[in-house]
Amino acid sequence: MSQILGREGEHRAQASVFVAYTVAATLWLLFATAVGIVLAYKFGAPDFARGEFLTFGRLRPIHTNATLFGWASLALVGLAYYVTPRSCGSPLYSAKLAWIGLALFNVAAVAGTIALDLGYNAGSLEYREWPWPIRLIFLAALAVTAWNLIGTIARRSTEDIYLSNWYIVGGVLFASIFSLVAILPWYQYGLGQVSVSGYYMHNAVGMWFTPLTLGMLYYALPKTLSRPIYSYALGVFAFWTNLVFYPIIGSHHFLFSPLPWWLQTTAIVFSVAMLVPVWGGSSNFLLTMRGRLRDLVHSYPLMFIFVGVIGYVVGSTQGTFEAFRSLQEVWHLTNFTVGHSHLTMYGFVNFAIWGGVYALLPLATGKAPGPLGLSLHFWMAVVGSFIYVISLSIGGTIQGLDWMRGAPFIQSVVDIQSYWVWRGVGGVLMFLSHIVFAWNVWRMCFGPSAEAAPLAAEGAAV
Amino acid sequence: MNKLVLIAGGSALVYAGLALLMGVLPGIELSRTPAGPGVEPLTPLQAEGRDVYVANGCSYCHTQQVRPLPQDKIFGRASAPGDFAYQTPELLGSERTGPDLTNAGVRQPSTVWQFIHLYNPRAVVPESIMPAFDWMFKVVDQAPAGTTPVPLPKAYAPAKGVVVPAHQAEALVAYLLSLKQPALPDLATHDGGSAMPGVSSASPAGAAVASTAAGAPSAGPVPATGGGDLAKGKALFTANCAACHQANGEGLPGAFPSLKGDDVVNDADPTEQLHAVLHGLQGARVGGVVYSSPMPPFGAALSDADVANIIDYERSSWGNHGAPVTAERVAAERAKGK
Repeated sequence: MSQILGREGEHRAQASVFVAYTVAATLWLLFATAVGIVLAYKFGAPDFARGEFLTFGRLRPIHTNATLFGWASLALVGLAYYVTPRSCGSPLYSAKLAWIGLALFNVAAVAGTIALDLGYNAGSLEYREWPWPIRLIFLAALAVTAWNLIGTIARRSTEDIYLSNWYIVGGVLFASIFSLVAILPWYQYGLGQVSVSGYYMHNAVGMWFTPLTLGMLYYALPKTLSRPIYSYALGVFAFWTNLVFYPIIGSHHFLFSPLPWWLQTTAIVFSVAMLVPVWGGSSNFLLTMRGRLRDLVHSYPLMFIFVGVIGYVVGSTQGTFEAFRSLQEVWHLTNFTVGHSHLTMYGFVNFAIWGGVYALLPLATGKAPGPLGLSLHFWMAVVGSFIYVISLSIGGTIQGLDWMRGAPFIQSVVDIQSYWVWRGVGGVLMFLSHIVFAWNVWRMCFGPSAEAAPLAAEGAAV
Repeated sequence: MNKLVLIAGGSALVYAGLALLMGVLPGIELSRTPAGPGVEPLTPLQAEGRDVYVANGCSYCHTQQVRPLPQDKIFGRASAPGDFAYQTPELLGSERTGPDLTNAGVRQPSTVWQFIHLYNPRAVVPESIMPAFDWMFKVVDQAPAGTTPVPLPKAYAPAKGVVVPAHQAEALVAYLLSLKQPALPDLATHDGGSAMPGVSSASPAGAAVASTAAGAPSAGPVPATGGGDLAKGKALFTANCAACHQANGEGLPGAFPSLKGDDVVNDADPTEQLHAVLHGLQGARVGGVVYSSPMPPFGAALSDADVANIIDYERSSWGNHGAPVTAERVAAERAKGK
């Protein structure tokens, strides 16, 4: 009897960790994307919200860092804290460590945001703008998380370590390593720092968000479909190929720069090689969904996951093509890149997170969001991000072509204006969808209890 | 447990190895890149200005890397590894919402222009979407001795008092003016670009870009017989001249002279105008007003045909009626030297 009560208590402790991370992440999402809206508006009205603390160059890193390290990191770690114990058949190693990690992540993100707004920018180096002591706090949060997850896996009741945990633990360890590499100063002078920037800015996305997202999907998708993953071996293959290819491609952010030509060429070659893990991984998910289209259209968690997988394959494949010198000549340094980063971070990572949260959070709390909230979130996010990516892709191409035909520079600013307006329209839809998401999270955490599991509530076959 | 060590430890080890190979080792090697010839460290004031540049995220819209591509020639010669010896943190940037600034100090040497532009970019470039950095300035009743108020156009000036730069703006402009590419003698032929620092021509056609690439000052066979290509002249004027003299040719009162109805521009003898475009001006007196802003020389960057196109455009626009010049006339003036 006491054992049953203990098990019940563990579940409740795990659920509250999952809830706390998701709620905190959602608040960061609202903040980061509200800042994003202000930024988008400034492209059309540069004298709007002027002044030291609202100037574009300070808000822009606040938007990116809050998105990456506030929203996406917290949401994915929260999901990992649910997926890892579940897939290991063991309790969380330490709920206390999870709470400490949550505090550290948030302290870092709050301190980083304030520092950037006050003008303490560590060098305008993409995704590592926070002053280094703050990045050390983030690193400590990663270390705590890694320890907690490894401890959980070590106590697993299963013989094998399920694939999800390969990706999740790998991701947390990789992130600890690249964060440390980015902080240490001794090899970061002048051009040396450029090469570290290339390595870091790419790895921060693809060796942290990608593995955690994929790891979560390897659990959430089979769970929601009640069907095993199509191929375990393919998942393992994608894990190792991603690990070997991805760290090499960072320098493709500095094509045509004074970095050594061989470094750039190596990055291009492995950018092509990235098609192997990307197509391998995404076809694994698609083949798992195969033949279950009816379930898909009746289940918003699955719809979100489906868009996330499509975002993964389209965004990453686009990344490979962008790495070619011939196409970089047009697209490099234009707004096309901003479209690409939103296709991957939003179309892939965000949609997958939302799918995971909608699939798993109700299982943890026993509370489900309503169908109206789900459909509003889904459709506004899909349409909004579609408009966003398409408009910046076209506008960025026009910028690049203007430069190539030798038009006066200011012409490229004039010609993209209407596409920036459309980007704003897409952005507003995306932001509205986040408000609905916050409402849904509220329902899943603190709303009325639902009798049935979310899928059944949706009327779908399980 | 063994499996855990293998998966977690093994993959972390592989990743650490790759991080060393692709992050740390290139970092160590490239950190040792020696400074190129003529590349100097910044003065304390300029370094302070660079900190202002970083704190306000200028590099999210302005790159500082000129690529060895035709479309980048307008920003200067291709960046070389030695250019970055003193640049920590690096400011290469990833987006060009605004123009590249590698050679900004040569392209726009006027302190006055930089102050006006910083206070509100739209005062000099109406289409600009750069933020206004007016909080780096002070509004005072009267400029303190030794400082000149920023000559803002009426529409942008405060209702009362005058605007003077605060220390941040002084430092930032000192930094911007320090951005000058030193010449790279041995790279001149390497990428087919002119090693001359300064503005290269922005030509409206790919072919024109290619002809500039072949060596700016000596334009090849030029079909110009006076009354040159006005469309091309307008584009070149927009790219090279309009920031100060404005698209309407009227300049900014007290800051940049008007070309509209100007004696030199309407003079039948183009010598003085040619000299100004080719060799620049310093402390020019126009219509009884002395202008403190220097005009940069364009001789190194623009071909004879391009100079003729710009001058012909100026001489036939805004009600001006100056006699057109030919590329041959430009070449003759160039041959005379400064």
